[in-house]
Amino acid sequence: MANVQTPDALLVKRYVAGDEVALASLIDRHQSKIYGFIYSKVSDRDITDDIFQDTFIKVIKTLKSGSYNEEGKFLPWVMRIAHNLIVDHFRRGKKMPMSRETEEFSIFSVISDSCPNIESRMITAQVEQDLKKLIEELPDDQKEVLLMRIYQDLSFKEISELTGVSINTALGRMRYALMNLRKVIDKHQIILTN
Amino acid sequence: MAKIYSKKSLATKPMQPKKETISFLLNYSKALTYIKVKGLKFESIAN
Repeated sequence: MANVQTPDALLVKRYVAGDEVALASLIDRHQSKIYGFIYSKVSDRDITDDIFQDTFIKVIKTLKSGSYNEEGKFLPWVMRIAHNLIVDHFRRGKKMPMSRETEEFSIFSVISDSCPNIESRMITAQVEQDLKKLIEELPDDQKEVLLMRIYQDLSFKEISELTGVSINTALGRMRYALMNLRKVIDKHQIILTN
Repeated sequence: MAKIYSKKSLATKPMQPKKETISFLLNYSKALTYIKVKGLKFESIAN
C-alpha cells in the first residue's frame, strides 16, 4: 500500500483548528529544506538557528491569528518569510558590522585602548618621583630656574625678572642644571624612560 | 570485479535545526493564543 502523505494545506487547516501535532508534522516535513536554504545564505549555524526560529514564530503567529490565506502553497510561503528575514539580517549587519574572535583574528588587533595601562602608569609615576629627587640635589640657583621653566612654564624673560638676574644668566643656569642632571643620571646609571 | 573502497554514501546528511529550537517552537505554539474582542486581536502567551 502506498504511503499517502497528508497534504500541507490539510495540516495547516488542522493546526488553525487547534491541532498542535499538525504543526510538528509541518516542521518535521520541511525543516531540512528551510534550514538548508537559510544556511546556504548565512553560512553560520547559530545565525541559521536564529533565523529558522524567527521564521516559524512568524508562521505560528500568522496561522494562529487567522491572517493566513491559502492562495499560495505552504512551503514557498515559509521560504519567502525566511528570505525576508535573511535580508533583514544582512541589512542589520551592514549598519553594525560584526566581527567574531577566531584563532587567526583577534578582535583586539582592531580595537585598541589608547589609555595607558596600569604598568605604564606606574612607570611614569616612578620616573617622575626619581626625577624630583635628582632635581632636589641641584644647586639652589639652578634648581630654581629649572623648576620655573619646566614645571611653571615661565619664559626666560619672566624668570630673569622674578629672580633678578639677566636672561643670559638664567639661560646659563638652566644649561648647567640640565648638564648636572645628565651627569648624575650617567654616573648612577639611572634609567628614566617610560 | 571492481573493488569498492568506499561503502559510505557520498551524500551529506541534510542539515537540521537544533532539537531545542524545535522544542521551543512547539512550546511557543502551545502557549500562544489570540483573543478577539470587538474586532481587535490580542496576543496572549501562557507561561
